[in-house]
Amino acid sequence: MTKSTDQSRRTGPSVGRPGVAWALPGVLYFAFFAVLPMILVAYLSFTEWNGLGTPEFVGTDNWERLFSDSLMGQSLWLAFLLTVLTWVVQTPLALLIGVWSAGYQRNRALLSAIFFLPLLLSSVAISLLWRTLIDPNFGLPAQIGGWLGIDNIDLIGQSDTALYTLVFVATWQFVPLHSLLYQGGARQIPQSLYDAASIDGAGKLRQFFHITLPQLRNTITTSSILMVVGALTFFDTVLIMTQGGPGTDTTITPYLMYQTGFKSYEMGYGSTIAFVLVIMATAASLVLVKMTGFGAMRSTREGM
Amino acid sequence: MEGHARPRRRGLLVTAATLALAVAPLTACGSDGSEASGKLNVWVYQDGSTRIQKEAVERFNKTSKVKVVLNEIPADGYQDKVRTGMGSSNAPDVFFNWGGGSIRDYVTSGKLLDLTPTFDSDSALKSAFLQSVLDAGKIDGKYYGVPMRGTQPVILFYNKDLFAQNNVEPPTSWEDMLKLVDLFKAKGVTPFSLAGANSWTELMWVEYLLDRFGGVEVFDKIASGDSAAWGDPAMLKTAQAIKQLVDRGAFGKKFGSVSYTAGGASTLFAKGKTAMHLMGSWEYATQLTDDPEFAKSKLGWATFPSVPGGKGDPTAIVGNPTNFWSINASTKNKDAAIEFVKTAMEDEYIQAMVDNGDVPTTANTADLLAKSPNPEFAKAEFDMVQKASSFTLSWDQNLSASVATPMLTEIQKLFNGQITPEKFVESLKALK
Repeated sequence: MTKSTDQSRRTGPSVGRPGVAWALPGVLYFAFFAVLPMILVAYLSFTEWNGLGTPEFVGTDNWERLFSDSLMGQSLWLAFLLTVLTWVVQTPLALLIGVWSAGYQRNRALLSAIFFLPLLLSSVAISLLWRTLIDPNFGLPAQIGGWLGIDNIDLIGQSDTALYTLVFVATWQFVPLHSLLYQGGARQIPQSLYDAASIDGAGKLRQFFHITLPQLRNTITTSSILMVVGALTFFDTVLIMTQGGPGTDTTITPYLMYQTGFKSYEMGYGSTIAFVLVIMATAASLVLVKMTGFGAMRSTREGM
Repeated sequence: MEGHARPRRRGLLVTAATLALAVAPLTACGSDGSEASGKLNVWVYQDGSTRIQKEAVERFNKTSKVKVVLNEIPADGYQDKVRTGMGSSNAPDVFFNWGGGSIRDYVTSGKLLDLTPTFDSDSALKSAFLQSVLDAGKIDGKYYGVPMRGTQPVILFYNKDLFAQNNVEPPTSWEDMLKLVDLFKAKGVTPFSLAGANSWTELMWVEYLLDRFGGVEVFDKIASGDSAAWGDPAMLKTAQAIKQLVDRGAFGKKFGSVSYTAGGASTLFAKGKTAMHLMGSWEYATQLTDDPEFAKSKLGWATFPSVPGGKGDPTAIVGNPTNFWSINASTKNKDAAIEFVKTAMEDEYIQAMVDNGDVPTTANTADLLAKSPNPEFAKAEFDMVQKASSFTLSWDQNLSASVATPMLTEIQKLFNGQITPEKFVESLKALK
């Protein structure tokens, strides 16, 4: 009897565990819609193709061009700047709002519901909305500028403000998503931790830094990866708001890829840029995972 | 940007409708194979003139065995869509284009039907259109298109009221222009509307100035593939003149995010915030839709002024000579396709264009224009085209996209003061 129970206990878990076949739909989907296109892009990056006829193999021409292309260098720098700014601005905001909205008070629930609204809007709608709002001739600046005595508030038409405006719009759009992640994360933290801390005499601030933040470690990683990869592929807002301009001041790498492929019809070189993006995004998320120890999936509740 | 399609806007409503319909053609042209069922897939740029093509299709379908299916493609992204379509098995049999660079790649890869034999064998067809306009659609000495839309020269529009109030005339020389700039600036009116967010509107200035400084030959050389011609002294003069205008405040300080396609530039112009607007002739129609009062009583037009020491002929114009129907070489219904594109010379078709306020490019246009809803403007426009010593197709349509796209970016940088005129010329010379 005892033996057989032991046996069933040992085999028990493997019975419930899904076989490899269960992963098949996901794997197939991924293969067709992610791996296959990536292989094609890798191939195209060694060709010259204007979208018509057959791609012509040109060896490493495109890759050599990539290294001498000053626009590419600039776009990488801008993409980097955008990524860093996005993270620096959004993380604290999202974290604080998320933790705050994790409380169960009714006013918080109501305000969060309103605050999460941008999540429901498409990027296109958001970009059009903001472009109209900040139009220097017809939008808010035309009004406010008059009060302040400045008649030249051209946020997206001027080099020094265009990129920051994009960061701002991205913040408005994506902070709700990340707040939602943090809200979920904060609600997972056991109340007992806080109870124990307050018995020990820890104030709200200390509780936040010594309980909430450490407990949110995995959430921070998830949110950061989403932000970094999202910023690297940030495109629709740029297309609608600035079209990479003024000049090339907001031509970040994804927009440069689009412009090269679909405006200049240089699909080969466009693919080269696309492949660089793939490499960068993969590298960035790998580094983040490695750095934060997220890959090890260590629990935040060890010893509880 | 957008390799630009020179939208012939009928105002914001059209834009909105266009956006709303953006998905329709995708589904429309997806599955209906044109061959077996005896259909012709025709793609047309959707704007205020599209209904003329629609009517033509209806007339054609009444008698023809092969039925035409008309796909109206929204203006933004028209070129992208044709490009993708022509590279796939869902290619159109007949499609709308701008001639020149907009179809050169298709010709090079053997995708277009050479219409030279058709024109040679049908003298009625050949003599129906203005020769200069037909020639604008030529590539390597062969015809690939039948003109099917109105002509669209770039015109210097001005606000008659503002000019009368200040007792001034539209500029005929560069000095006039600078004086006007100073005058209007002092009055608190921005001298020119400029949609800096759409670099193709800035291109119009470059096109005209280069033509006035260096004559039509300079760009002809560039268009023929001689990238050293960008280094012509006239190009540097052009760039310096633009810098002079910008620095003098000719476009104000906020043009960077003004958009033409979203209506900004035209609205500022109609509201009297700006005094002049260098724009394609479609500006008239745009104003007529958005602000009929302004279009009818205050909108004036003039040719672009000459410049000191310029070699160019002051009658020369730039813009879009017309649009063309071109035929896919691999169409299954070649004869029907040829028959269909010939509908563009039918009296009913031409008349419909005139009624719509367009200025056709047929030999008999002059007689018809009296019946135009805006005869005064239509006649002035036709005169301009007929008297022009040359009609240069917009550079962004004329050059291949891989040159035109970076060129537009450089032009935008020049206007924004991000690069010097010298650097501008250097960058253009490097384009291949």
